Order: sequence, then C-alpha cells, then structure tokens
Amino acid sequence: MNRSKPITGELLALKNEIEGYAIEYGLDFFPQVFEVCDYDTINILAAQGGFPSRYPHWKFGMDYDQLSKGYAYGLQKIYEMVINTDPCYAYLLQANNWVDQKIVMAHVYGHNDFFKNNAWFSNTNRKMMDVMANHGTKIRRYMERYGQDAVESFIDKVLSLENLLDINELFETTSLKRRREEQVVQQRAENEDDGYLIDDRSQALKSFMRTKARLNKKEEAKREDDEDMVVAEKPLTHKTKDVLGYLIQHAPIEEWQADIIGILREEAYYFLPQRMTKIMNEGWASYWHSTIMTQKALDASEIVDFADKHAGVMAMSRQNINPYKVGIELMRDIEYRWNRGMFGKEYNECSNMAEKLRWDTKLGKGKEKIFEVRKSHNDISFIDEFLTPDFCERQQLFTYKYNPRTGRFEIDSKDFQAIKQKLLSQLTNFGQPIIEVEDGNYMNRKELLLSHVHYGVDLDVGFANETLRNLYAIWRRPVNLKTKYEDKDVIFHFDGKEFKPQH
Amino acid sequence: MDHPIKRDHARFRKIVKGKIRDNLRKYVSQGNQIIPKGTDQFTVPMPSIDIPRFRFGDKSQGGMGQGQGEAGDPVDGQQDPNGQPGQGEAGEGEGNKELEVELSLDELARILGEELELPNIEPKGKKSLQSVVDRYTNIGTTGPDSLRHLRRTYKQALKRQIATDSYDPENPAVIPIRRDFRYRASDTKVEMQNAAVVIYMMDVSGSMGDEQKEIVRTESFWINLWLKSQYKDIEIRYIIHDATAKEVDENTFFRTRESGGTLISSAYNLCKEIIEKDYNPNEWNIYPFHFSDGDNWSADDTKLCLELLDKVILPVSNNFCYGQVESRYGSGQFYKDLAAKYGTTSDKLTLSKIKNKEGILDSIKEFLGKGK
Repeated sequence: MNRSKPITGELLALKNEIEGYAIEYGLDFFPQVFEVCDYDTINILAAQGGFPSRYPHWKFGMDYDQLSKGYAYGLQKIYEMVINTDPCYAYLLQANNWVDQKIVMAHVYGHNDFFKNNAWFSNTNRKMMDVMANHGTKIRRYMERYGQDAVESFIDKVLSLENLLDINELFETTSLKRRREEQVVQQRAENEDDGYLIDDRSQALKSFMRTKARLNKKEEAKREDDEDMVVAEKPLTHKTKDVLGYLIQHAPIEEWQADIIGILREEAYYFLPQRMTKIMNEGWASYWHSTIMTQKALDASEIVDFADKHAGVMAMSRQNINPYKVGIELMRDIEYRWNRGMFGKEYNECSNMAEKLRWDTKLGKGKEKIFEVRKSHNDISFIDEFLTPDFCERQQLFTYKYNPRTGRFEIDSKDFQAIKQKLLSQLTNFGQPIIEVEDGNYMNRKELLLSHVHYGVDLDVGFANETLRNLYAIWRRPVNLKTKYEDKDVIFHFDGKEFKPQH
Repeated sequence: MDHPIKRDHARFRKIVKGKIRDNLRKYVSQGNQIIPKGTDQFTVPMPSIDIPRFRFGDKSQGGMGQGQGEAGDPVDGQQDPNGQPGQGEAGEGEGNKELEVELSLDELARILGEELELPNIEPKGKKSLQSVVDRYTNIGTTGPDSLRHLRRTYKQALKRQIATDSYDPENPAVIPIRRDFRYRASDTKVEMQNAAVVIYMMDVSGSMGDEQKEIVRTESFWINLWLKSQYKDIEIRYIIHDATAKEVDENTFFRTRESGGTLISSAYNLCKEIIEKDYNPNEWNIYPFHFSDGDNWSADDTKLCLELLDKVILPVSNNFCYGQVESRYGSGQFYKDLAAKYGTTSDKLTLSKIKNKEGILDSIKEFLGKGK
C-alpha cells in the first residue's frame, strides 16, 4: 500500500543542504525521512491524521472526501505533512515547485526539532506508526468477530467523547513508563511460555492480558448488580477529566469495547500535545523556514516566489488568529527583547517611551531564550508570559463578539487585557470545554454525573444532547451533565429517551 | 490496489445515502433543496453526519481576529483566501462542517426508488433500438495472458490433481498445466435502448397559483429523475393551456400565468398532435402528465377530453397520469369525471390528488408505483 516514495536525486541533495543549515543553527532533531507523493496520497494521509495506516472508520472517508473536493475546487491544498515519530516522517507534494520544496523542508526541520524537544511531547510514543497500524489490525479483527456495524457504531460513540482528556495524563511519566516496561516484560514472558514469538499479534495479546484482571473484577460487580440495582458503589475520591479512562474502569462494557476505548484514548492522548502547542509549533517552524531561507538557502532568483508564498502563510484573518503569524511574530519579539534586554523590572518601570524604544543593554540572549521557550512552554504559558501590549497593537489583534441586535459578529475590543484574556480562554483546555466525571453513582442510582467547568461560555445544547446520547449507550444508565446555561445552573438529564434540563 | 481509505470512503457514502433516505420526505416537500449540477450530478444538503462532541455554543463564544477596524465593525465577510501550508496535524480540527453531498442521478433515483418501493419500469412494446456490447462475463479456455483468471486456473489445476490423485496434502503444491488455464472471455450482449417521452401539461389559468405550480415543479423534478434512471434516452415536452394550448420550454412552463377560461381539450389535442408528429408509439414509451386544479369550462369539453383519451392518448401511452393539485378555487370536478369513467386507477390511467407539498411523495408513488 506504499503510495509515497523516498526522495532521490536533486531533492535528496536539497535535503542534505537544508539539514546542514538546520544543524548549523543548533536545531536538534530526530533523523528526518522525506517522502514524495501525489495529491491523492497526501489527502489520504491528511484524512488519517498523517498516518499511512489507521483503523477502518467512515470518518476518515468523510475527511478524505472533503479534502479531495477542497482540492478539486481549488479551495485548499496541503503542501506538506510532518509526523511526530522517530525517525520523523514528512511528506512532500510531488507537484510542488522548487522553492516550495525548500520552504517545506526548512519548515519541517523546525517541527522535528519542536517534537523532539518540547516538554509536552516528551512522553508521546515515537513508534506511533506501528501502534496505529496495530490498532487497525485489532479493530479489523473485532469487526470480523462482532460485525462491522456493531464495532463501527461503538467507535462512533467513543469518538464522541474523545475530546474529554486530562492534560495531566501526559505527565504521568514514571507510572506510564513503568507500565510500558512491565508490559514488555510480561509480554516476553508470555511469548516464552508459548514457546514461540507472536510478534504482530503481541498488541492484541497484551491488551487481552491487561483486561483480564479487569474482567474478573467486573464479574463480581455484576453479581452485586443483579442483587440490588441501587447498591452504593464506592464513591469517586476525586473528580477526573479523563472520561475515557473512567469508562474503561467503570462502564458495563464488553472486553472488546474496553479495548477499543483504550485504543482511541491512546490515540487521542498522542495527538493532544499538538493541539496544545499549535501556535508555538507553527511559529517555531515558520521562524526556521524564514530564517533558513532568507539567510542561507534562497537563490536570488527565488526571492519573489518565496516572499509571495511566505506572505500567503502569514496572511491575517479577521475571523481567526493565524497561529503561523502570531507564533512567528511572538518568537521574533522574544528574540528581539532578549537581545536588547527589554524585559525585567527596570525596563517595565521605565516611563520614558522614547528611552524604552531605544532600550538596548546588548544582552544578546535572544537565540538562547527562544530555544528555552520552545522547550518548556505550551500555547497558554507562551501567551501568558510573552504577549505584550506593544505586540497586540503591532499585530492589530482584536476580540469580536456576536451582536444580537445586528445579527453580526463585530469587533469588540482592542484592549490588551481583553485580548489576552480572550486568547487564554480560547486556548484553555485546547479550546474544548472542560468536563469532569463527578459521580458514578449519582442519586444513588448508578447514574453518571458529569460536570462542565463553566468559564463564562455556554455549551452548545444540541451537541450536548447528542453527546449525552452516545455516552448513555456506553454507560447504559441515565447520564447527567451539570452546567450553566444562560446564567442559570442546570443539570441536563438523559434517560435513554428524553433529554431534559432540571433546574 | 486501492488504499483502504477507499473503503472508508465507500462506507461514508453509504451512511450519507441512508441519511438522505431518512430525510427524503423533507427534501421533497421543501422543493428546491436538491440542486442539479450539470446533467447527471446533484448537490444535496446534509444534516449533520459528523460526530457530536461537547463544544461551546458559537454565538456566545465570539473570537479573536487580526486586522484593521474599530469596535463595532463587522468581522464577517470574505473568507481568508489563502490556503495555509504546513499543517502538522490535519484532520484534527473541530470546525463546523456544513456538508453538501454530491450524488449522481442514478444514486439519487435509487434512493427514491427504494424509499417508495418503486418497481422498475417494464418498457412496453417492441424494443426498438438495440446496441451490442461486449462484456467479460464468461470464462474460456483460450486467451491472452493478460486475461488469465488466476483463481479459476488454480481451481482447475486443483481439481485435476485431486482427480488424478497427484495431490499431496503433505506438500500441497498446485501446479497448473497448459490445459488448466482459464481466461476471461467476452460475451456479446444485446442491450435494449429504450426511449421515452414525457409530456407535461398544465393548466395555467388564474386558479392555479404559485403554490400549485411549485408543487408541479417539484413533482416533475422527481418524476423526471426516476424516468431518466429507467430509460436510456428521454425527452421532455411542455404544454401549457387555458382556453388554448401551446407548447413552451421548461422555464416558461413554470412561469406563465394566464387569466381566462379553461379548455382541457385544447391541451389534449396538442398532446395528440405532438405524439402523432414526433413519437411513433412503436418506438417510444409515452408518459403524458396533466396537472390541473380540476376545473374545466364545460361538461361538453370534458366529454371531448374523454374521447381524446379513449381514442388516441390512452392506447399509445404507457401510463397517463392526471394530478389534481388542490386549490382554493378549484372544484375538482375533472377528477370526479375521470374517476367515474375509469376508476381511480386503471391499466393505462392513474389519478392522484395532491393536497400540499407534503403530499408530493405519495403522489409520485401513485403515479410510478405500477411499474409502467
């Protein structure tokens, strides 16, 4: 099924050239593999989140449908794709012109360096290509066994909850690592018991063993369940945002269903750091493609093409902030300020504007600072720490809101604090509502209670209704969602038939 | 070999078609939701098929933008025209997807047919046009290597080895020899090319209002769709009438509004002329449709109509369809007259009353449900 092929000839020479510049600048990256492919292939890859092989699901078909049409109608075109793996894979579009290929390659080294060094990625599985492919194999096997419709519709339901993640899970470093190592040891032992190596089946076996203990526990629970529906379960000791993790442990589901939740949960957590560092990651990659191109790689004859392309990437929009643009500008702003010592108590307290503008302590720590920033921050801390009023003004940032009187979205404020608050609230929890499991035995009836941590923005009720419906299908008892709607506290209750608010 | 995503894609298309079927009644009663694109493609608006998630309500959320402007300036307007290269994680976005799905005529007609349980039409009379096609549906013992059928060849070899007792289960190698080889072979098939003509007649006198015409327009859209899927070749003619009848193009057909009396016979006469002139009943499947609110000028004219139907139109038609669109002003008398003579449904004539837009789908079923 290989539809992309390794680069050769001129492109390979170009790769070596660009890689040389990246090393000179101090970028630290995984081995980089470039492959070229045609539009159709890059659309396939994009639809599958960058991976050549995924589990079967109509959603990928839908995304592929839209990407292909978007391309056919000339609305959008994907130039390149980078995958967070070691070695780091990136795909180039065959039909790109020479300047594009240069820009893309330089850009890719930025991403690669970011993947390798940013703290939020430190626990991501760099062998995700294999893991994804194995997930595909497992789910296909479940489909053979339990029927495609049953498995696919269960996946639909789990995907509905896929954005309910806990970022702290990313940092359960020691326990995660230990668990992973234990699995390997255990698996080896099992293989030896059987007297031969199971290799490609290892993933399925592993998860089977893992869930076996759980099964025994559940059998017991079931017996109790039969005796008395309202028997009090052990209460939740603390709320959890890891809703999928909670369901694996406590929902009345089959083994294969628990395994599927586990699979989708693992994939969701794998993608999570990318969603948390969009501005930084794109800013960093753009900073490096711009630097490498303008200072090293660009041929004089290519300048106009480069400027045109670069300006396209940096284009501003009145409806959304462009992460490429904000990211690169903020990186440059940090570099500039740290080169000239434009930070700290003395600088901040200076009230002479002219002096502030000329401020230069010849500190020269710009490069060092941005490398440090790319290592330890995510979008929220990045914005929180480095966004300045000056910067907002220069970048012409503003907030907008819906005006019910005119029925339009209108510019609301250009005030620094308002902009910063808005940005931060948009980035909080990677732009998703924060939802926690609050009680698995709500009302002493084994109902599930989720609560929405409300920061001033209401949920979309229609979507909430549909989502609760899917949650109900997994929990198989009534589900509740505590939230605030139009300034009133409300609990939405779904009992399998009706969705209704209880004030 | 196809990439597995093509199966995901096929799966998606199947789900989409199911959704369209679920919503067919809505599409039909709301008229112009389905937009023809070219001659064989249609765009269908799609109710959400995306996976629901907890998300923020759009309006209360507002957002952030970049650019010039002062407080109070609208931010809507043209979209960002520049594609953004360098996506690290496409397919991860949470954007609202307004789905519009494209379907071919055949796909859409199949959905209509399945939902209404329409039988395929059995074309009448002699099959006039024939065409010869070659299809690889057969298996032969000779042929070029490129057409060798591996599975059949293997099977043949296995059979032979078992029959001659040269098959060894310990060493299950199957080696085909020359006479085991099987090849795909073409069969010559004669395919019928059936042609049909649809003749729409409509009363455009004052009592037929915009709403009535909208119903006719929607109903004819779906009827055409079905007939186009059933015949290789189809022609459509339009006749409007009040006291006199004339042939017009499609646009005029749905736009014209006259005042004045109604002589239905004028339309039937013109219909008869058109058939006699252009459509030899031995070569054509003929579908006259007449839509009116049921008023005719006089009992005498109705008599004339019945005579025309009896003598000329019914004998040459596959199915003559009379659709009575309910209007505040119409008496519905013509329906009663037809029903008195032929019954509400007979071999060659079908009557249908269309109360409102919601009645369109049932009316289509009445017209096309006989498979004629």
